[in-house]
Amino acid sequence: MAAIEINRLSKYYDGLLAVDGISFEVSRGEVFGFLGPNGAGKTSTIRMLVGLSKPSDGTAMVAGYSITDNIVEVKRRVGLVPEVSNLYDELSVWDNLLFMSQLYHVPRHERPGRVNEVLQSFDLIDRKLTKFGKLSKGLKRRVVIAASLVHEPEVLFLDEPTVGLDVVSAHSLREYIERLGTQETTVFLTTHYIEEADRLCDRIAIIVQGKIVVLDKPEEIKKRVRAQSIIRAELSRVPDGSLLQGLRELGELEFEGRSIRLQVEKTGESLSALFNLATQEGVSVEALETGRPTLEEAFVELTGMSTDRLHAEKGGAQK
Amino acid sequence: MTLKNELSGIYFILWKDLRAYYFKPPNISWGILFPLVLTLAFTLRDPTGLTTLAPGLIAMAAVFGTTSMEAIVITFERRQGSLERLLLAPISIRSLLVGKVLGGAVFGGMISGVMVIVSVVLFGMEVINPLLFFGSLVLTLLTLSALGALVAVSVTEVFEAQTLSNFFRFPMVFLCGVFIPVETMPLLLQMVAYLLPLTYSVNALRLSTSQALGLVDPLFNVGALVLFLFLLLGVCEWVLRRSLK
Repeated sequence: MAAIEINRLSKYYDGLLAVDGISFEVSRGEVFGFLGPNGAGKTSTIRMLVGLSKPSDGTAMVAGYSITDNIVEVKRRVGLVPEVSNLYDELSVWDNLLFMSQLYHVPRHERPGRVNEVLQSFDLIDRKLTKFGKLSKGLKRRVVIAASLVHEPEVLFLDEPTVGLDVVSAHSLREYIERLGTQETTVFLTTHYIEEADRLCDRIAIIVQGKIVVLDKPEEIKKRVRAQSIIRAELSRVPDGSLLQGLRELGELEFEGRSIRLQVEKTGESLSALFNLATQEGVSVEALETGRPTLEEAFVELTGMSTDRLHAEKGGAQK
Repeated sequence: MTLKNELSGIYFILWKDLRAYYFKPPNISWGILFPLVLTLAFTLRDPTGLTTLAPGLIAMAAVFGTTSMEAIVITFERRQGSLERLLLAPISIRSLLVGKVLGGAVFGGMISGVMVIVSVVLFGMEVINPLLFFGSLVLTLLTLSALGALVAVSVTEVFEAQTLSNFFRFPMVFLCGVFIPVETMPLLLQMVAYLLPLTYSVNALRLSTSQALGLVDPLFNVGALVLFLFLLLGVCEWVLRRSLK
């Protein structure tokens, strides 16, 4: 049985269609990435799946229970790590987690052990008496994830879990998520960091304007990009005039200053053509790198987003 | 969804709110100081007739005690996103609201409790019918706390909650017989007064300290308070459910 089964799920907000009849399944124990530009319908979908909003149409089963007919049973079996760290500032880490175990009806005799267990898994045992409000941003995220796991949910929804974290905290959080993926917990992850999804997820769905445009393994999604190869080079001068014209004839060109990025069909032929052009134009190639398209490049192509907008959204997410 | 789970959910939300917000030293000291300052002000103004005024003052302490913190707590949790934590939990929205309302009622009970002690010890107020007195006081606390919750779920900012609370609080204090008997007010104001729950609270508390205690009047006032309580809780639940569209 799938952990999540979504069937033609739709959501309207004041007449605007936010989620447009999406259908897919997530298997038990899978780490599933749910990507898309801002406003694509990611959070709206999660909110319906955890019972924070009602679908306008369609159905979904989460952990074996219907979100429309038996939401309390769904809530008992899921955990949500929202984009904001929303525990209680005035309570200690221990009290916050204990409260969560109480709220989720963890049997009384199991509560202290369960809280201790998640505190240990998230290296928070030394902070258990610290008030939540006094913790750093990174520690708060860890406590929020720990709080979402204290009742041992079958499905864990993570909405932008690493947003606003420093590199070290984000790295350790990714390790925790990877560890969850090796256990039986199903993880449903939304993120603006495409490389994060590439690393963590077994499968990825990309949603654009409320519709799923692709659902596959990260490797398969990368193969869908038209270009077979990417050439990145650093030239001795900024391309202009006939050099620029020549580069554009080689493939799809993007450049910033002296750095160029070419999407090409055949790497070998394109490289020799690039060197010929450089010699002809009297410029030298100072650095060169070739590679397969990244998931980010696939994402940009599949969503029709510009790279600039993607980076702007990532920046926005960091704030 | 079992009754046991719902009741334990209510209890844990109540206990969490008391620990996280209400039982903080500044709130406790305010809770004690407010009725004492009220007492001092009225004693200095006119030390006679305080026994008659006492039920009104107790009701007034309940108004400010229940609504002052309650509206802030819910609005603050909504702003911070922590109310969403409770909405995610496997309990009904009704139980969540009852837990929240009980928090405000307990805090209001603490403040009006001080006022009751002052009224009995210093003003010489005599409670003729303790069952009616404490029953109507509990109903008052719950009803006013539900009013505070309704205000809180209807707005998004803490300052809006305060402003909207004052919109109810001050007219209630002046119109509901705390200082001036409702019967002596112009007819239009009397009609407004009977639309407000505090009128029935003041009446019921006065009746419980009065020698002329019948059966119809206490039952009418208590019944009105029960009606207000369920009405306010129902509207509050409806507003909160609508916000989850």
